[in-house]
This record gives sequence, C-alpha cells and structure tokens, in this order.
Amino acid sequence: MHAALRRLAQRAVARAERRLPALTRLRQPEPLPIELNRRRIYILPTAFGFGFGALLLVMLVGALNYANNAALLLTCLLGAAAAASMLLAFRTLDGLRLSDIRADHVVAGEALRLTLDFSASRLREAVRLDCMGETRAFAVDGTTELHLQLPTTRRGWQALPRIRVWSTWPLGMFRAWSWLHPQQSVLVWPRPEQAGPPPVLPADGQERLRPQPGEELAALRDYRRGDAPRHIAWKASARHHDLLVKDFDRPEPRETWSLDWHALRSLDREARIARLARWLGEAEAQGRRYSLQLPGERIEVGSGPVHYARCMGALAVLP
Amino acid sequence: MKTDAQPLDTRSFDLAALAFAMALVLQAPHLPWWLGAPLLLAIGLRWWLRRYQRTRVPAWLKLPLLALLVLAVIARYGNVFGLVPGTALAAGLLVLKLLETETPRDARVGMGFACFTLMAALLFDQSLVATLAVALGLLPPLAALRSLEPGRRAPAALWREWLPGMRLLAVALPLAVLAFLLVPRLSSPLWGAPNVDQQRSGLADSMTPAGFTQLLVDDSPALRVSFDGPPPPPGLRYFRAYVMSHYDGASWTYRDVANQPPAPIEAAGGIRYRISLEPTRQRVLPTLDMPLAAPPGASLRRDRVVIADKPVDKPRDYTVSSATAYRLEPQLGRHHARWLQLPAGFNPRTLALGQSWRRQYGNDDAAIVRAALALFHDGGFRYTLAPAPLGRNAMDDFLFDTREGFCEHYASAFTVLMRAAGIPARVVTGYQGGYWNAIGHYLLVRNSDAHAWSEVWLAGKGWVRVDPTAAVRPQRISLGAAAAAPGGQLPWYQVGWLQSLRNHWDIVNRWWNQGVNGFNALRQRGLLRPFGIDRTDTSTLALLLAASCTLAMLIGLAWVWRRREPEDAVRAALRQLERKLARLGVVRQTGEGPRDYLQRAAAALPAQRERLLELMHRYLELRYGRAEPTPESLRRLQRAIRDFPVRRVVK
Repeated sequence: MHAALRRLAQRAVARAERRLPALTRLRQPEPLPIELNRRRIYILPTAFGFGFGALLLVMLVGALNYANNAALLLTCLLGAAAAASMLLAFRTLDGLRLSDIRADHVVAGEALRLTLDFSASRLREAVRLDCMGETRAFAVDGTTELHLQLPTTRRGWQALPRIRVWSTWPLGMFRAWSWLHPQQSVLVWPRPEQAGPPPVLPADGQERLRPQPGEELAALRDYRRGDAPRHIAWKASARHHDLLVKDFDRPEPRETWSLDWHALRSLDREARIARLARWLGEAEAQGRRYSLQLPGERIEVGSGPVHYARCMGALAVLP
Repeated sequence: MKTDAQPLDTRSFDLAALAFAMALVLQAPHLPWWLGAPLLLAIGLRWWLRRYQRTRVPAWLKLPLLALLVLAVIARYGNVFGLVPGTALAAGLLVLKLLETETPRDARVGMGFACFTLMAALLFDQSLVATLAVALGLLPPLAALRSLEPGRRAPAALWREWLPGMRLLAVALPLAVLAFLLVPRLSSPLWGAPNVDQQRSGLADSMTPAGFTQLLVDDSPALRVSFDGPPPPPGLRYFRAYVMSHYDGASWTYRDVANQPPAPIEAAGGIRYRISLEPTRQRVLPTLDMPLAAPPGASLRRDRVVIADKPVDKPRDYTVSSATAYRLEPQLGRHHARWLQLPAGFNPRTLALGQSWRRQYGNDDAAIVRAALALFHDGGFRYTLAPAPLGRNAMDDFLFDTREGFCEHYASAFTVLMRAAGIPARVVTGYQGGYWNAIGHYLLVRNSDAHAWSEVWLAGKGWVRVDPTAAVRPQRISLGAAAAAPGGQLPWYQVGWLQSLRNHWDIVNRWWNQGVNGFNALRQRGLLRPFGIDRTDTSTLALLLAASCTLAMLIGLAWVWRRREPEDAVRAALRQLERKLARLGVVRQTGEGPRDYLQRAAAALPAQRERLLELMHRYLELRYGRAEPTPESLRRLQRAIRDFPVRRVVK
C-alpha cells in the first residue's frame, strides 16, 4: 500500500516535471553559471514568522478594542516592517550567482573538497547553504569562495547533490530559498589497496637497471653559478666548451613500470583497480616513469601529476 | 536548524538585553516602583553576569521567581487579568524571559514579547512623545533580530546597528499609515474598556479647601478650545464644570440630579466653540460660561452643568454654544432654601459676620457682595498656593486667622458669607484662563488652570458670577494661574521661558491628538468624503485595505525586481556624443554603425571634422581594439566627448 502510494507520487512528480517545466525545471541539473532570479526563489514564513504574525494579530485586536490609535499605528508599523522584510529576504537571493564549482582530486571514501564561487553585484548578508545535511552561513560581497566537504563512497563520476541556498535575512520571519542543481560531476578516483606485492617487472625493465655505457657522462651537467669549484669535472670540461659539474643530486636511475590490467587475472575487478591504483601511487611517489595498459585503452610511459591524474582518471571510469 | 541551538554571541545578547531594558523603561511609568526598579536591576545584573562572569541563571530559580511575580501581582491588584495587572505581569515575564535567554530561539521569542510590551505601554499613554519613544524602542528588537542571523556583517560600532532598523521602519511607514487609515475600527469594544487607574486627579465632584493643590501643579493639558469667532477676552474665559450646592463644613459637593429641566435662561447670542477634552474618567464636560444646549451624548442638568452619558475615558471632542451675557433663572422659586443651606455648628464667627452685613445693608444684596469683596481686597488677605492648614471651623480660621489661600479658600469663604447673609449662593469649579496659541488658533487650558468661584442670585439679575479671588489677586484672572502664583511656589517646569516653550509645543500635541488619536470610527467613515462617498462602510474599508496592501506590495516588488544593468561606459560615452550631435542636427539612423555615423557627422560638420574623426578612432579602438579598455583611455574618450562643443553652426 505504502509502496504503491510512493510510486503514484513519483509518477505524479515526473508528470509534473514534464508538463510544468517552468515550475519544476529546477529539479533538473543545469549548466553553470546559475543565477537566481524571481522565477526560482520561493518564500514562506518561518515558524517565528507565523508566531510573530499571531502576535501582531493579538496586538491589532488589543489596539482596536481599546480604540488606541497610537498602539494601532505601532502595530501597523511592525506589520509593514515584517512585510518589507519579506522583500528583503527575496532581495538577498535575487541575482545571486553560482559562477563556478571546483573540486579537488580525491579517492573514494575520502571527503571531497568542493569550492563554490558565488558572486553578486551588491552585498548579500546571511546567505545560507544546505548541502548533504550540512548548513553553512556566509556573506557574498563581490565574489566569495565557499568550501564544502562532500563525502564520497565509490569511484567514478559523482554527480553533485542538490544544494539549497536560503536566507531568513533580515528578521528571521521569512525564509527565501532556491535550489541549485549544477549539471557538473566530479571524478572520484579509486581507492588504492592498503598493501600488496610490487608489480612483476617485465624482462626489459630489469635490463634497464644495468648501467649503460656513457652513463657517467649523464651524471655531468652544465655549470651553474654557485656550484662549488671542487665539483667541477675538469677532465670532462676540457673536452667541452663549457664547464661541466659532477651532479651528485641525481636520483638513482629507476626502472620504468609497465602496469598492465591483463597481468592481474587472479583478482576480481575492483581489487585489480585498487592494486593498479596503489602501484600508480607508489610509482608517482618514487618518481618513476610508468605506463598503464587497460582494457580498451593504453596510456604510454610518462610521469608527473598530469600523467598520474590521467591514469587515475582512466581507472576511475572503468566500467 | 542547528544554528538555533548554539549559544548567543556577545553582540546579540547585548542587543537583546538592551531591547528588554528599553521595553521595561518605557513601561516603567505605568508600573509600581516596587516592581519596576527590581526588574530593571535584574536585567542589569543578568547582563553583567553573562558578560563578565559567564554564568547562567540556574534553572531551579525560574519557578520560584515566576511564583513570586504572580503572587506579587495578585497581592497588589487582586487578579492577573485586565490591563494594569496584565501589564505588570507581562513586564515581569519579560525579565524572566531574559534570565533564560541563551539561544537565538529564546532571543527571537523574547524580541516578539518585547514588541508586545512596547505596544502595551501605549495603552496607558498615547501622546506624541510616548509614541515616538516607543517607535524608537522598536530599534533594539529589530537590531537584535538581525544580529541573530548567522553570516551577517556585524558593524563594529553598536550605534550602527540602529541604522538598518531605522531604514526598515522608514520604508514601512507609508504602508503602515495606509493600513492605519483603513483598518476598520470597532464600533464597540470586544471586551471591557480599560480600567486605567485614576492617577491623574482632574476636577473632582467635591471640593475641599486645599484640595486643588495637586491639580494646580499638574501641568498636563486639560482641554483645548477653538472658537468659531474671536476668542473671548481673558476675563471671560471661565469654563464651568461643577456647580456645588451642598456644604458640610469641610467640603462642597456636587449633587447630580437627572430628569430635571435646565434652569431657564435669557441670553442674547452666543459663542460657538469646540472643546477637545483630555480623558478625565469623569462624566462632566466643562463648557465656557453658560451652555445653551448639551452636545450629543450628554445632557444639560438643572444648573446647566453638562454631564456626559459615559465617563470620558478617551479624548473627547464636543461642540457647544454658550452665552457670556445672560440672565439665568430670574425666578428662583421653590429652590430658594437649597442655596442657603449651611451646616449647623460650624464657623460661628463667619456666620455672625454675614448676618451683621445683612443688618447693616438691609435689602441691598449687591452692597453685601461688595462688602465681602472689599473685605478680601483690603482685609490683609494673601494669595498663596501653600496656605497654612485650617482647623475644624475652616472658614473662621481662614477669614480671621490665617488669611492666606487660593481660589478654593476664597470661593468657599465668600459663599458661606453670602449664605449667612441670606443671599442664595453656590460654588462653581472649572477652569479659568488658558494660553491662547496664536499659531494653532486655539486656547490651551491646563489642569493647573483649575479654578473655583462663586455664583450669587440677585433679584432681577439671576445668577451672577462673582470671583472673590479676583479681589485678592486680579492677575489670576487677567494673566492666568502661572502669573498669579507668588515666586518660588511653582515647580521648575512652570517657570518663565520653559512654560512658554511648552505652550508653543502644545500645538504639536494638539495636532497629534486630533489627527491621530482622534481618528475614530466616525471620522473613518467620512474618510472618502472628498471622493464623493459619504459613508465608507466596513466592507468598503476592508476592500480598500486589501487593494492598497496589494498595491504597496506591488510597488515593493517592482523595487525588488528592478535589476540595474551595469552600463557599458564606452557605449554610454558614445550615447552622450550622439545626443550632442543630434542637437547639431545629425541624428543617428537605426542600423547605422558608429563608424558610418561618425563619418557622416564629420562630413556634415566640417568645422568639427578633425575632432569627430579622432573621436571615432578612439571609440573604435576602445570598442573593438582590445578586450578590456584601459581606464585612462576610457577617461580620455569621456573627456573629449564632454568637451565636444555644441554651439549651433551659423549657416
């Protein structure tokens, strides 16, 4: 019975969204930037507003009963001020603009840090934002960045939740609100496994470990101002135009990792992804060069944050 | 809401405490001191404790305090219902609310309550000053409510908190006035009329010598009179209230006898005037000298005293015609003995004096009157507001011993003397004098203008007014009460320039009383008379109210919905140039680009050719040359356009 009712309600809502787009289109995700306007700001009295209204009614009846015009004037003044505060509540949201949303990279299970850029032509005070059960209060003056924590559970594209922007400014008697549903998704990377074996290196990787001829020259670099004279490789420099310096800081040459999806046949899908993610992380941390072979996609050897993000992204969107 | 559970920040609590204190201070004049003072103290203590000691009020304390409050109110007033006990209770509850105010939710409820208490203060005193004070008292609650909103920009200075509230009230004022005019008034109260206690004495229906002393220093307005013609001269400004016939040795009393026709009067002409009477809680309506007929809602008693059907609890306006030259009750008839009544066993020396005059002057009543006035004038009598106390034979003590007093003493002694001499006489109380406000063209009569005089019946003349005080101190009649009082006997606020300032200021009070406080159901019905609707009934008013509220809201919405597009400065500059060129006869065609237009203008105005071409290049450079115009190049263009001459070219 209950389930049937809910189905009926859902059907009604779906029908309403189809038939009355002007009223309900705000439920649909929409592209940024989103500017709040009068078609999408709703206002209702708060509980305090209703209470104050009842109080005004009592005051009105009292003033009328005692035929006290001064008290009546005061009651009218308060009532008119309350009505004006409704317009001010609307004005707090009207024209407010969510211009951009930025998200940090995060692995599944960690909180995602969202940065929302709000802008407005004039000062908006006491704007509040509800997102995933969390309420934030802020003022917008020109441009304001707001940071939100969004919990994540699983890898892949995650749609942003509906955000409610509201305000009870200035007197707390009326609440104006509007829904923001940005048509933007954030990519959540897979969570690496805690521990596991290192990658099995292919044979050509082992060969790379051996010193190549001329390797010692690779340890020389051009002279830079400030280098100590005792580090200058005088013999080698004699064969060049410029001074050469022995580079002691050069990291140990490391082998390149070729990470292959197909090499992990024994694991199930998510475990494979978690292991590859851990290897990617280790390779990046150790400054290795690495490539990634996935079903249907190959990412060639490379290193650095961009390469890492590309690999993790490819892992994240695996079906 | 999560934020409602958090404790109040310091600024919010300060503002809330201030709002409570303000509400209490405005209510304090109507509270007994033993309630008002401890409550104010409690607010101060609570504020200090939370601010500097960071302590809360223990929860167990609230119930005993509440019980104490209710018991105190019941002990004082007998119950907790009704206006006065209810107000005292509300003030106490207000302070109790502050004691437990810790969260925004508490504070909101408290602010609503503070507004209510402020409004209740107006039920006791609806003068202009009180109303303004209460309107200012709204600012702390409004500021406190704003401060409860998280995420606002709190100004550093406390006084800046008042500004938004003032702006809000100023914006709300037009709608408030509209609603005030149009809210249909009740024709009869829903529940009991206010039983405001009689703090202000006013004229009483009995008079003891020295009973006026309270009244004579009461400086509040009693009535305001505007005359249809010129005002009567100061010596004729006698406003009769009570005619007192019965004397018991200590006091004179008025005996109200209904269902008797007023005494006949022969009068030629009359003065028509309108009196605005302040609330007196009594039924008597003072009138100038001798009223010819009673106003609606009142009746004329036998001695031409006007008694209203209901006590005057609200300001009351009435229009009457009076005669100042008249012959009242030429034939005394069977009531003769009533005006000669004297208590037995009192004032033997006074009676003896009166009887001796009768023997001395025979049937010449007028001579006896003159003898009495001569006694007051030459007998070493002194006018003072602080006379020596009198004993059992009060008139004997006054006439032969102390010889000092004010109008009551003289009127009383004179009347007793007349009755002793066998002349029908009576005491009349009311007001005499007043301040003529030349700006407002009305006579302001204060309670301190209260006066007592006598009327004696002389054969052929009827009742004649005799003012024995005038014999002692003529200034009292010609210049008014304040001028007559010997130096040092008046309170500071009745002295000199301050009094004159107050007299002038009264025109504002009168305007407020007539325009705002006097706007009753009757005047509301006549609201639309200028538009040809004679009687505006309740449904029309309600319709108008709804319509005007909607209209006001639409205006508000238009203001809110208005979006100011940030105007493009380059385009605005070009538009200015277009206006200038249009005055020179070169109007930009629709669809004409700026380059074509300016080239055409340069061809049409050869004198300005160079200048126009340069402007065109500058404009095109700014408009299309770069994404973001630099400020100085923009300024240069604006200056060049501003300096572009619009002198008409002589053809």
